[in-house]
Amino acid sequence: MAFDLTLLTGSGFWNPFFWLISIVVALILIYIIYAFGEKGYKRGTQQVKPFISGNPEPSKAGVHVRAGNLYWGYMDALKVYYAGLVPIHSGILTDYLLWLFSVAAILFVLVVLL
Amino acid sequence: MITDFLLHHTPALLVAVPLLGAFLTPIIGRISPIVRKIWVMGTMTLTSAIAVLLVYLVYTRGTFVYVFGALTPGLAIPPDSGGIPIRIIFTVDPMGAFMDLIVAVVGFCVILYSLSGDEKRTGLHYFYTLFLLLITSVLGMVSTGDLFNFFVFIEISSLASAGLVAFSVEQGRAVEAGLKYFMISTMGGIFLLFAIGILYGQYNALNIAMIAERMQFTSLDKIALVLMVVALAMKCGAVPLHFWTPDAYSLAPSTITAMLVVVSQASLYGLFRFVFTLYNLTLNYVTIGWVIIILGVLSMVIGVTMAIPQKDVKRLMAYHAVSQTGYMLLGVGVGLAVLGNQAALDTYGFIAIEGGLFHIINHALYKGLLFLTAGAIIYRIGTRDLNKMGGLGHSMKYTMIFFMIGALAIAGIPPFNGFASKLLIYESVYLFNPLLAIIAMVVSILTLASFVKVFHSIFMGPTLPEYSKVREAPPAMLIGMGILAVLIIAFGFFPQLVVDSLVAPAAHALINQGSYISAILGGA
Repeated sequence: MAFDLTLLTGSGFWNPFFWLISIVVALILIYIIYAFGEKGYKRGTQQVKPFISGNPEPSKAGVHVRAGNLYWGYMDALKVYYAGLVPIHSGILTDYLLWLFSVAAILFVLVVLL
Repeated sequence: MITDFLLHHTPALLVAVPLLGAFLTPIIGRISPIVRKIWVMGTMTLTSAIAVLLVYLVYTRGTFVYVFGALTPGLAIPPDSGGIPIRIIFTVDPMGAFMDLIVAVVGFCVILYSLSGDEKRTGLHYFYTLFLLLITSVLGMVSTGDLFNFFVFIEISSLASAGLVAFSVEQGRAVEAGLKYFMISTMGGIFLLFAIGILYGQYNALNIAMIAERMQFTSLDKIALVLMVVALAMKCGAVPLHFWTPDAYSLAPSTITAMLVVVSQASLYGLFRFVFTLYNLTLNYVTIGWVIIILGVLSMVIGVTMAIPQKDVKRLMAYHAVSQTGYMLLGVGVGLAVLGNQAALDTYGFIAIEGGLFHIINHALYKGLLFLTAGAIIYRIGTRDLNKMGGLGHSMKYTMIFFMIGALAIAGIPPFNGFASKLLIYESVYLFNPLLAIIAMVVSILTLASFVKVFHSIFMGPTLPEYSKVREAPPAMLIGMGILAVLIIAFGFFPQLVVDSLVAPAAHALINQGSYISAILGGA
């Protein structure tokens, strides 16, 4: 069997080879830009220390943006949605069983009675 | 001689080897930890090799019928049985073999990883006993052609899974999660048993092919169908029956979580097998197709939106597992909804089924990898809390690369495997209903957003003082993750090869009820 890279989707196709070429081109461009960079950079010297308007550098742990601080805008925009969704996930076993029976009842009506 | 034995009894060996391995583990494991490791690894390797052999046989020779206790393994209907296949029969068609392959590959990688990843645990004799029992049960579920036998294997998987979820008894919450999983699985098992009882009462048979041939789709059959769909949708974690998944997935050891993904997929296989092979065109395929599609859409949307705000890395991944199950339900559901419309089936329905099935194997690979990377991180830093993580990319470079591969694959970013299966689903589902395809694409974008957050939280930023001495994961864990990562890339670069050689035969076997029945009943 030939190792054909092209995936036929019925109404189109996909060939990862073109994506690979794009990645290679992008990497070459990145390298060219990198090669134009500052040659005098010295690792482990004062050069690498951040300058924050003369203020002392905060601790490493203090500057890391933690997971809880990400996507606050998304969460705020959808707080009504989450206010309804999160409480359903109560963690209570009897609630889980209630959902099981409820879905069974709905399907019973849909499939058996209608 | 040995070759003949292997070739004739492969399906039996497929469950006998891990079963024997499981029961001997508590005895052999007492010799020494090294012997236990060799024994467990050897058992899993042999099991995987048998599974691969079986897959090869099925894909080259056709459906493998194995009758337990018969004079010859292929004698499905004894002359004095009145035309009824009375014995337990394994019927491994390409669909079953496809699932066997998933269990073999993921099981092997997980056990390799586990040799280092779980070595700090106590009671490892019991851990590996339950693990091998879980492997046995899943292989049995996807190989059997007998309804009651399927129920027995699903019960074994539930018991073994519940024990493994609760294995970290020092964490009370793990025991609670295990109990919840056990209770909800038991209820699902009762539903399934009741459904099987209804079918047995009507058709006087337990063999899937026999019942399929006699199927009338009476009101009782409809009740049995509802009970089966609900039980298996719950076991595969479809919304709104998914509530157990974040609890069980997040609190189980990471190796077990990776296997729970495969267990869920075996339940998904059961759902597809019963709908397509047991009922096929006798059922109202439009209604049931839409039921599966709606379950899929709910799973995709609610799974991903619940994942985004999570701060426990494994709980977050558990919700993503729910979301990804939605894609499989959507693809196969669309195929079912047009099962009776040959033109639509040929145009996009069959490709939708292919996409759904391709996504099953892809999901097993990348979700397994992601849970293993999460396990490697937890193994080194001892917390699952994303708020406490950061800067680990400096010290765990290989784990970071594996995580990136898994994350990009689950988000459907080319050229990884998740993109290939999602593309098949998008394009075929779009022809069925454009809105469903758009929802699927939006869910992929949200998935990417979620994993960008996880990647940043775990690996980016300066090295945190508390993790300054963290080292890379042990070699065995890296090898286990590496094999899965290589497969993800390979499946992404050669998707058509995978579709042609593995997925398309499985999809044909799934929808072609007649060939399944004739494999058992033949000239009966």
